[in-house]
Amino acid sequence: MTVFIARRLLLLPLVGIGVTILIFGLLQLLSPVQRASLYVTDPRQLLAVDQVIRTHGLDKPLYIQYVQWLWNVVRGDLGWSETAKMTVARAIRTFFPATLELTLYAFLPIVVLGIWLGTISAVHRDRIIDHFSRLFAIGGQSMPTFVWGLLLLMVFYGAWRLFPPGRLSLDASLYVLSPQFRAYTHLLTVDALLNRQFWIFLDALRHLVLPVVTLSLVSAATLVRVTRSSMLETLRQDYVRTARAKGLEEPRVINKHARKNAMIPVVTLSTLLFVGLLNGVLITETIFGYPGIGRWGGNAALQLDAAAVAGFALLNAGLLVIGNLTADVLYAWIDPRIRLG
Amino acid sequence: MSVLAERKLAQQELPVTLSTWQIAVLRFRRNPLSMMGLVIIVGFVLIALLAPVLAPPAPNVRDPFMMPHAGYSPDPQPPRAGHPFGTTEQAFDIYYGFVWGARTAFRVGLIVVVTSVVIGILVGGVAGYYRGRVDEILMRIVDIFLAFPGLILAVVIVAILGPGLDNVMIALALVGWPGYARLLRGEILSVRERDYVEAARAMGASDPKIIIRHVLPNSIYPILVVSSLDMGSIVVAAAALSFLGLGAPVGYADWGQIISLSRNWIIGSGGNAFIFWYTVVFPGIALVLFTLGWNLLGDAFRDILDPRLRGST
Repeated sequence: MTVFIARRLLLLPLVGIGVTILIFGLLQLLSPVQRASLYVTDPRQLLAVDQVIRTHGLDKPLYIQYVQWLWNVVRGDLGWSETAKMTVARAIRTFFPATLELTLYAFLPIVVLGIWLGTISAVHRDRIIDHFSRLFAIGGQSMPTFVWGLLLLMVFYGAWRLFPPGRLSLDASLYVLSPQFRAYTHLLTVDALLNRQFWIFLDALRHLVLPVVTLSLVSAATLVRVTRSSMLETLRQDYVRTARAKGLEEPRVINKHARKNAMIPVVTLSTLLFVGLLNGVLITETIFGYPGIGRWGGNAALQLDAAAVAGFALLNAGLLVIGNLTADVLYAWIDPRIRLG
Repeated sequence: MSVLAERKLAQQELPVTLSTWQIAVLRFRRNPLSMMGLVIIVGFVLIALLAPVLAPPAPNVRDPFMMPHAGYSPDPQPPRAGHPFGTTEQAFDIYYGFVWGARTAFRVGLIVVVTSVVIGILVGGVAGYYRGRVDEILMRIVDIFLAFPGLILAVVIVAILGPGLDNVMIALALVGWPGYARLLRGEILSVRERDYVEAARAMGASDPKIIIRHVLPNSIYPILVVSSLDMGSIVVAAAALSFLGLGAPVGYADWGQIISLSRNWIIGSGGNAFIFWYTVVFPGIALVLFTLGWNLLGDAFRDILDPRLRGST
């Protein structure tokens, strides 16, 4: 196990270098003037853009530029984001907790719904409930996030004013920004409880409902399908027949013998879904005006905010690499056969 | 169909030896969901082919893909004579966009999927067949591309190349090929060890001939399944980029673009939230059905081609 993890960890810097080369290579399609924002911490420095280009070697050969840029990245110096009006590093610190909060709330319903529906679908194969859940899965996968999101907004905000877009309503956000409110975790629901401000907790929750529902429906669909096919395969195994033959009651057979063994691909997929949520909420956050990392990245891409786009891509790639590693380790941990291979 | 009836059917058909192809068609026809997928996609093909008949562009229009708009009315207008699906803001005709959008969808889907598959086959084929150092290098490059969440890499590429449908297609193809490369490599690694490949090699066949005649035809099926599923998801991704404002220019017949025009109107006005329903519902239906159709077809292909599922329905 240790060897396995060590080997994986050794590959990390290699992939990291590759990822930075790819981002750097894409950035080369921009002019040095456009790239200058990657090297400043204050927009006023850009008034002397020639000087920025000279001091940071933007007129030097590529490999020198790459090393210099990489050095900046390693030091956490990611440049100035014009869309957020702050440094990229600060923008990430500001927007990431919002996305993390959304992800944490969305993840639970996805996993519970996905595994539960997938299991009953496999157990009651070709019955009504199976058809229903397969239809749900294929429908969920076919429903683009932005169509779903807009329809939900139309009904639950447009018609009923129940769940507004954004992250907080105005009076709540004024209170959160005031000095009485201490930010412990930057996760609003948690902070609100720690500050004993129950109304802020409820307000934040209200804003989370629609994005969480949108994300859950789309992502749970994938999990349902994987759980179902994995369960079907396990239910066909000899040890399940043995368990039934020795007279165990059905729930025990399904929950202990079959499901445990069917969970291997499910755990992997869940890990990847979690990272995917942290990364891929671009559309959902844009629709619901939720001030997370995805909306910032989307805006930055629209306005060609080079430093922000690069920082956003680096963050996403980093998270995905860590996510893949976690998935591999979990995989090996659950299934001893993998380690031998 | 009940188990008994199915068994009866199988007995009736067994004496006649069926080709693999006939069995595939039979299995396909037995599954109502697969048939539904086929019907949906054939429907969209017809809409795309007949676009000039269904929604004739005005005479001497330079680009039929640009939705006609009568005036610049800022508010969407409900369905009425001449505009069966209503009009969006700036008075673009939704029905015209719906019909010509099918052409856009097929164009984007086919170009992106075919490009990705070709690159994927070249890279994955070389890596899987030659193994060793070539494989190692190529697969690490694939790893790097896969180290980005797809949509985000596409957004970054389009942002840097500049908005537009062509750049969206380039971006999606750049994002799409690594998946195919990895998939095909895995298949080829197992196929190249089979006896018939060994036999061909012993008979002195050249490498390209072995790859094209023996290895590829036996490892291509998973690609077929994934690419049919991709036809739907690529079009959705392109629509998402259009929705963000990175895709086709305003007024281009593209479903994502029409939906993005509806964004300002979903909360309705004058106390009626659903007053502008047509701006999101019609393009939304088009996108959902298109994706659903390809997903159902992809599932059908998987059921037919996956040997582990054979013999079960």
